[in-house]
This record gives sequence, structure tokens and C-alpha cells, in this order.
Amino acid sequence: MLFGGIDIGSRSIELVVIDENGEQVQSLKADTGFDPMSEADKMIESTRFDQIMATGYGRNLFEVSFDAPTVTEIKAHATAAFHLHNDSYTILDIGGQDSKAIALYETGKIKKFEMNDRCAAGTGKFLEIMAKNLGFSIEDFGDQALLAEKEINISSMCTVFAESEVTSLIGRGESPREIAKGLHDSVVRRAAGMINRVSSGGKIVFTGGVAKNSCMVKMLEKRLEREIVIPENPQFMGALGAALLCRAANTEKS
Amino acid sequence: MSTDYRQMWADMGLDLEAHDALLGVLGQGYGDIYMAQKNRPEGMAYFDFVMSEVHGLRIQELLDEKKAGRKIIGSYCVFVPEEIALAANATLVGLCSGADFAMEEVEKLLPRNTCALIKSAFGFKLGKVCPYLESADMIVGENTCDGKKKAYESLGSLIENLYVMDLPQVKSAQGRELLKAEYIRFKEAVENLTGVTITAESLSAAIETVNAKRKAMHRLALLRKADPAPISGLDALLANQVFFYDNPARFTASVNKICDEVEQRIAAQEGVFAGKTPRILISGCPQAVPNWKLPMIVEGSGAVIVGEESCVGERGTRNLTDNSGKTIDEMIEALVDRYFQVDCAIFTPNKERIDHIKEMAKLYKADGVIHYGLQFCQPYLMEAIPVEKALEDIGLPCLRIETDYSMEDMGQLKTRVEAFIEQIS
Ligand code: SF4
Ligand code: SF4
Repeated sequence: MLFGGIDIGSRSIELVVIDENGEQVQSLKADTGFDPMSEADKMIESTRFDQIMATGYGRNLFEVSFDAPTVTEIKAHATAAFHLHNDSYTILDIGGQDSKAIALYETGKIKKFEMNDRCAAGTGKFLEIMAKNLGFSIEDFGDQALLAEKEINISSMCTVFAESEVTSLIGRGESPREIAKGLHDSVVRRAAGMINRVSSGGKIVFTGGVAKNSCMVKMLEKRLEREIVIPENPQFMGALGAALLCRAANTEKS
Repeated sequence: MSTDYRQMWADMGLDLEAHDALLGVLGQGYGDIYMAQKNRPEGMAYFDFVMSEVHGLRIQELLDEKKAGRKIIGSYCVFVPEEIALAANATLVGLCSGADFAMEEVEKLLPRNTCALIKSAFGFKLGKVCPYLESADMIVGENTCDGKKKAYESLGSLIENLYVMDLPQVKSAQGRELLKAEYIRFKEAVENLTGVTITAESLSAAIETVNAKRKAMHRLALLRKADPAPISGLDALLANQVFFYDNPARFTASVNKICDEVEQRIAAQEGVFAGKTPRILISGCPQAVPNWKLPMIVEGSGAVIVGEESCVGERGTRNLTDNSGKTIDEMIEALVDRYFQVDCAIFTPNKERIDHIKEMAKLYKADGVIHYGLQFCQPYLMEAIPVEKALEDIGLPCLRIETDYSMEDMGQLKTRVEAFIEQIS
């Protein structure tokens, strides 16, 4: 049997299919666009699975349209992270629109979680907007920031205020790389705060699109003095988690 | 609700158009949230009726009482003793403050970062949509949190019959003295208002009436220990909300009737949700009518609420007043003793509250606690952190949420609550 997991975020949709052994057999990604359900429908049409479970902010829409079970992003990310790295009990997920920190018991059960989802501050969206302002592509925003030679402190966490702070820093002639580093630092501070509220030691699995940003990883590691592991496809963790839970629900039944 | 009341509302000075809008939203919300529930106790029909007539029949009753010479007193806090009002032949109604109204007008008088409860109190006044407020002969404010304290200064310019009660912040001997002095001052103010002198008999009878009302709520609360849950958290919250403005004797009888029915359900192992449904205790800020946001999310996500550690809930109804005193003095002492135990977050320190949360979680077999904080409510949001810590120390998961009356964060709240339910189940 094949099990699907679909993660419907506000910016992108990911779909992962696994087999009975939990091995990934397929993964797809698409932009959410204006009509997430027709996007999801297209993705489903181009894959093959026997059952599917949905997660992400659009999970309830999916539940209604496709009569599928759902799970929250928190549990999906926790499940996938623990599946791949069962010796780490802390998860940090920074996605496009929200970020969360999760602590697990040694059994993999969720112990505690924190979520920031009220504004763009501290999320991938924040970095994206700032990269654009500074004329970097999001792909090498982190690498560029790592080349900075001095520290600049960006005090505003709020996207709107940070934008004007950046404008005045540019006006003062600061180098874009250094401003970039300061911006990363502000996201790191926020993420570290969230992590510290849920757990105080051990390895951290970093998931979500922002985990691909080299500067974020380095700075987080330095700030927290904890090892950070990045799964191979950090943006697919929600979908993978849903697929794993779909498989688990199925084995429970039989 | 029949249209016969339009004249009555117009006579009270309500803004009929705005009032229609409010009733429309209220009726719709009640239908969607309450009437959509399954397996409710039949006795809840009484509360459905009360809610459908909340601005109709009940107001008519109050106006009739007024015609017969009774006075109506409105209050915003569980520290205002209903016993004293009743003993002086007055009726006390709690003013609800559970919905946003006339926000633009409100924000001319209050800063944006004021809690939703206070803003709502202003909104109902400025929007001229609350018949309870308009029918009251006296409105009692109280010096509790800073927000309310300062807000009453501004509210005073909108309400000429506002009376402000001072309250202690520390549970010390001096604090108790202050509460006592304020209750005596309130007694005199009420006597002045009604022209009725409180006697030992009338006060004792009033204590009896309010005790009976609280006793009925205690009975209902204890029945919620059962699994499967015999009554939903939404319905229990509604009973706690109606507690504040219904006729006390009729309310008591209705709650007791529901309890009889609930006892039978328990004996028959019947519930509103299946057995082993994850059980949640809510703790924190008051949830006033028609603020059903959190319980709606919780019970719509596969868990059941088994208790409310809140002023619209057990913090408000806990403890009876000792009614063995013979003189007015003794009875006032007994009242002060009873009210002085209310563990509102405006007190410092306030360790009793944490003990009560733990006790309640254990008693009602909660699998987790959701701390409900209104945005900008400093006292409760601050206490939320030590509460969470204390619960974690005994291995009980706690989710702290911070929200307001708007529906903007419904999606995020739902994700959080669902994840919490996954966590505890
Ligand atoms: S929370 Fe405090 S201020 Fe509010 S009603 Fe309760 S006792 Fe009064
Ligand atoms: S909810 Fe908090 S801030 Fe608002 S009135 Fe009550 S104690 Fe004050």
C-alpha cells in the first residue's frame, strides 16, 4: 500500500508518498496560488497512493473537499523529524508564514510547543522581503550574510519597522551584507527564544524552507550552543509527517 | 424574539438599528454554536429560552420590577456582593462585555491596547445596545486591574450613576479591613438608592438565595467529573454566564433540574461526547456572553471542557457565605470572609489561584489545561507563566493562549488547540 501526506501551506503545497516501510517513493511541490484545492487536485492526479492525510493551514479545506483525515502541522513535523532523527527531541520549524518550536519526550510524543503565527516577523517571509529590499536572491541571502565583516544590530523584529530601519541603514552607507547579517540575527534571536521556552539541551532538528539558509543554521548553532541537524528535504517534513501518520493510522486499523 | 419589544427598547433609548444588528449576530452565533451541539441535556432548553429572550422577556421583567419600586444595579465584577443588593430590595445584574461593539467610538476613549472586556463595556454603552445597562439605576465599577480602574474614570463621563468600589490588592489584615469598609459603604449607597434599610432578616434571606444559586453551580460542576462528560463545556459555560443576570430563584431551580437530569445520564453512562474524550480545564480571564470562541474551538476539535477556573466559572462561584450570623455585623463579616477568598489575578501574591487550578485539574480529571488570556490583560497574562510552570512541574500539559473577541485568529487558534489535543490524547 502507498500512503500520501499533503501539507497545504499558505504559500506552497507539498505532497509526499511513502510505501509500507516508510520509504519515500515520490515528492512534489507547487505554489498554493489562489485556489489551493484545485492545485491540490492537480497534484493528487499526478501521483498514486491508496490513502492520504492532510496537514497545514489548508487541511480543513482539504478534509471537506477530499474526505481525508487531518493532523496539525505541529504533530506532522514532530513525527517526521523523530522518524528521521530519533535521537533528537527538539524541533525548530521556520516556514514561509509561521515558525514553531517543539519539544518531544524520548518516546517521540509531544511534550510542549510554541508557535509564532500572528505576523511575518521571524518567518521565511520576513527574510524574503528583506532579501528583496537588499537586492539579494533568497537562495544566496544566507551565504552573502555570512560574508559580513562586522556586526550590525537591527532592533526591530516587526517587518514594517525593520524595512524602514534597513532603508536608513542603506542610506547611511552600510554594506548590504552586513545589514543582511543583522537581519538574520534578528530572526535567530526570535527562534532561539522560542526554542529556549520549550527545551534547554540536546540536538535540534531544523525543518522548513529556512533550514536551507546556511547563515541561519550557523548563527543558531552559535547562539544556542547546540548541534543542529537538517533533514535532506526540510520543506517536505510536514508532508512526510502526514504520510507517516497516515501509514500508522492504517496499521493500527488492521 | 417577538417584535413587541421594539417599543420597549426605543423607550429605553437604545439605538434600534445597531441593536437589531447585535441581536442578529447573537442569534446567529447562538444557533451555530449552541443549537448545533448533539446530545444536550433536555434541561438546557431553559437556557435556550433565556438566551432567546435575553433582551426581551428578562428586560420586561426588570422593567416590571422597576415599576413596582425595585432598583436595578449593574456590575462588572464578581466582587460586587449580590447579597447586599438583594437585601435592600434591588436586583443585581452582571453586565456582559463579551463582544466588540462600536470599536471606532471606543478607541476615541480608550487606547488600542486595552483588553477586549473593557473595550466591550464601553462599546455597549457608546453603541446604546445594552438594555441592562440602560435600565440600571446604579452601575458599580471596581478598582481591580489598572485597565478597569482608569477606564471607570472615563466611563464616569458616559454614565451618571456610576459608583466605584475600591478593592484591596493584598490578602492582608489591612486588605480585609478595606474590603469590609467598602462593603459597608456599598450597603449604605444601596440603601440610599432604594430607600430600604437592610435588616438582619433581609440580609440573611439574601445570603440564603445567593448561596442556593452557588450551591446549584457547585453541584453542576461536580457532576462534570464523570466520563463520558454528561454536559458540554459550552453548556456549562452558558449556565455560568446566565448566572449573572437571571432571576436567582428561577435560575437555581433550573440548574438543579439540569443536575437531576445529568445525574440520570451519568447513571446510564450517557454523555455528550464519547467516553475517553480528551478533557480540558480552562483557566484565566472571564468569558462573558457572547464570548464562546474558545470552547467552540475546543469542543469542535475533539475535546471536552470539564471546568472553568474563571470568574465566569468556579473562581466566581466557589465558597458559600456562612449564614449563621445573627446580626448585620456578623453577616457582613461572613460576606467579607467569603469574597476575600476570590483569587483574582489582581491580587499579589496570588498563590491560591495556582493551588486551585491544580486542585480543579485533578478533581475533574483534566488531561491538560488551556490558559485563556485576553490580549493586553496584564494580570492574567503575567500569571499564565507561573501557572504553566506549576502545571508542568506536576506533569500536566498547559497551553497558553492569548486572544481577543475578533475572529481573525480563528485559524491559528484552531491549529494550536488541535495540536494541544493531539499532545494530550
Ligand atoms: S477577573 Fe478579577 S476583576 Fe475580573 S471579574 Fe474576576 S475578580 Fe473581578
Ligand atoms: S480581563 Fe484582565 S485587563 Fe481585562 S478587565 Fe479583566 S483583569 Fe482587567
